[in-house]
Amino acid sequence: MPKMVVDGRIVSNTEISVNVKELVLYAPEIAAQAVPGQFLHVRVANSYHPLLRRPLSISSADNIAGTVRTIYRVVGQGTACLAALSSKDSVNCMGPLGNGFAIHGQRPLLVGGGMGLAPLMFLAGALCPRPIEIVMGGRTKEEMFWKDMFHVMCNTIHVTTDDGTLGSRGVTLDVLPDLLKNGAFDMIYTCGPRVMMEGIVKLAKEYDIPCQVSLEDYMACGIGGCLSCTCAGNDGSRKKVCTEGPVFWAQEVMP
Amino acid sequence: MSVEDGKSNQQEMLSVTIAGIKMKTPVMTASGTFGFGLEYKDFVDLNKIGAVVVKGTTLLPRSGNKGRRIAETPAGMLNSIGLENPGVDEFLATILPRLGEYDVPIIVNISGNTVEEYGELAARLNVAGVAGVELNISCPNVKEGGIAFGTNCASASSVVRQVKNNTNLPVIVKLSPNVTDIVAMAQAVEEAGADAISLINTLLGMSIDIHKWRPVLGNVVGGLSGPAVKPIAVRMVWQVAQAVQVPIIGMGGIVTAEDAIEFMLAGASAVAVGTANFINPCAVQSVADGIKDYVRQSGLSHVKELVGKVNI
Repeated sequence: MPKMVVDGRIVSNTEISVNVKELVLYAPEIAAQAVPGQFLHVRVANSYHPLLRRPLSISSADNIAGTVRTIYRVVGQGTACLAALSSKDSVNCMGPLGNGFAIHGQRPLLVGGGMGLAPLMFLAGALCPRPIEIVMGGRTKEEMFWKDMFHVMCNTIHVTTDDGTLGSRGVTLDVLPDLLKNGAFDMIYTCGPRVMMEGIVKLAKEYDIPCQVSLEDYMACGIGGCLSCTCAGNDGSRKKVCTEGPVFWAQEVMP
Repeated sequence: MSVEDGKSNQQEMLSVTIAGIKMKTPVMTASGTFGFGLEYKDFVDLNKIGAVVVKGTTLLPRSGNKGRRIAETPAGMLNSIGLENPGVDEFLATILPRLGEYDVPIIVNISGNTVEEYGELAARLNVAGVAGVELNISCPNVKEGGIAFGTNCASASSVVRQVKNNTNLPVIVKLSPNVTDIVAMAQAVEEAGADAISLINTLLGMSIDIHKWRPVLGNVVGGLSGPAVKPIAVRMVWQVAQAVQVPIIGMGGIVTAEDAIEFMLAGASAVAVGTANFINPCAVQSVADGIKDYVRQSGLSHVKELVGKVNI
């Protein structure tokens, strides 16, 4: 599929939680092609500061409305620029970039931590009508706005928070052993902090369940030209997170 | 005048020959910012650009530097990729044949640990499909080789002579700005037989995370590029242009046609777009289009008429 660069008109850019915004862009060419796991590479300002684009995972694409949606946390200068834009504006956007998730198996388990839930949302939509079970983790209740968003797509939702303000106290990894022991999952998808994904991959291996991970890294071009984002592959090669990922089979890139 | 004639005139207006390499436009891609060219094929018609200068290539594959490799800085970025590349054999076996499908000069940027390695690389690349080699004697991101050759006139000269003895291809030398006297370096490589000079590679820089009290880059230091370095690059092109006869390929922070024109007025016969490829994947084409408009609007008949024309 050809990648493209378009000026996407902002349909909405609304706050959905503290420092978290949902951006809906009218970009029909990208919406028509995007698959779960892919990302947009967005020029957040027409200035030299910030200079580089920001990669944002696609949380859904609506081919009929011609829109793509991304959910982002305002963490630095780039996302602050993006947060300041409104529906009168448009943003220059490359996409859809990267490789998506493999739609595989009949009993998927999704495990997402924090903003790692953003690409899993698009995936959950594509996995329907399979019965989906998801484990979602965050620091506190305010971060778990995801629960309502995943509600319609998932059969079972397990929530963990670091402080115990919603769901069980702890991290996603704590609830996984019991789930894997009792469930009949034939595929695991995960996206979140590196340490979380490493733990999940280890368990998936233990239970012999295929697993895909979605990685992130600092990147400049987003299309395999700059080699900022490469990671060590288990076959000895370097893997480009932007073009060979961001979704990988666990055995390709995880210890 | 027919439409056809108009078109060919426009193309003629931009065509240049640098060190014997015929290019449709004076706008090339800077090594390390455009992959091997193929990565950009969805965004740019490779057949229409001046030349593709591919990612720095070494004798053996390199996995590059560990840890974080880029850091954004005001109007620029630091990189410390560390010359990750698949090695010259892989380039020749699988990448060059794919580039052969395009009608564009391919210039291979090469980097060695020793003078002999530069010679060996040049010899292996002395094949059909390669239009020229660009010697990277200015990479700030690898311990051995690279910049070690680029900060000393005698070592730079010996690399150039070694390469010239091992290839029939045009030899372009990419100089480091991290020197006290850029003119002396340029004269040294010209004297040693360089057919053209690329100016400038990145400036050595550093960023510190004030929350962690640690360097942002895994490699601690890296090369600064982007609009922030442009005035330095223009100055160096201008200084070197006064002192050498060989053509200069100007680069360093070119984002727009206006930037490129500045370099040409300073004395560059061609330019290369680098970091801007990350911001706008079509940059190399839009810079060329803008130069064409400028040449036409200025009442000139050819882009060559801009070269070195700054009035001091």
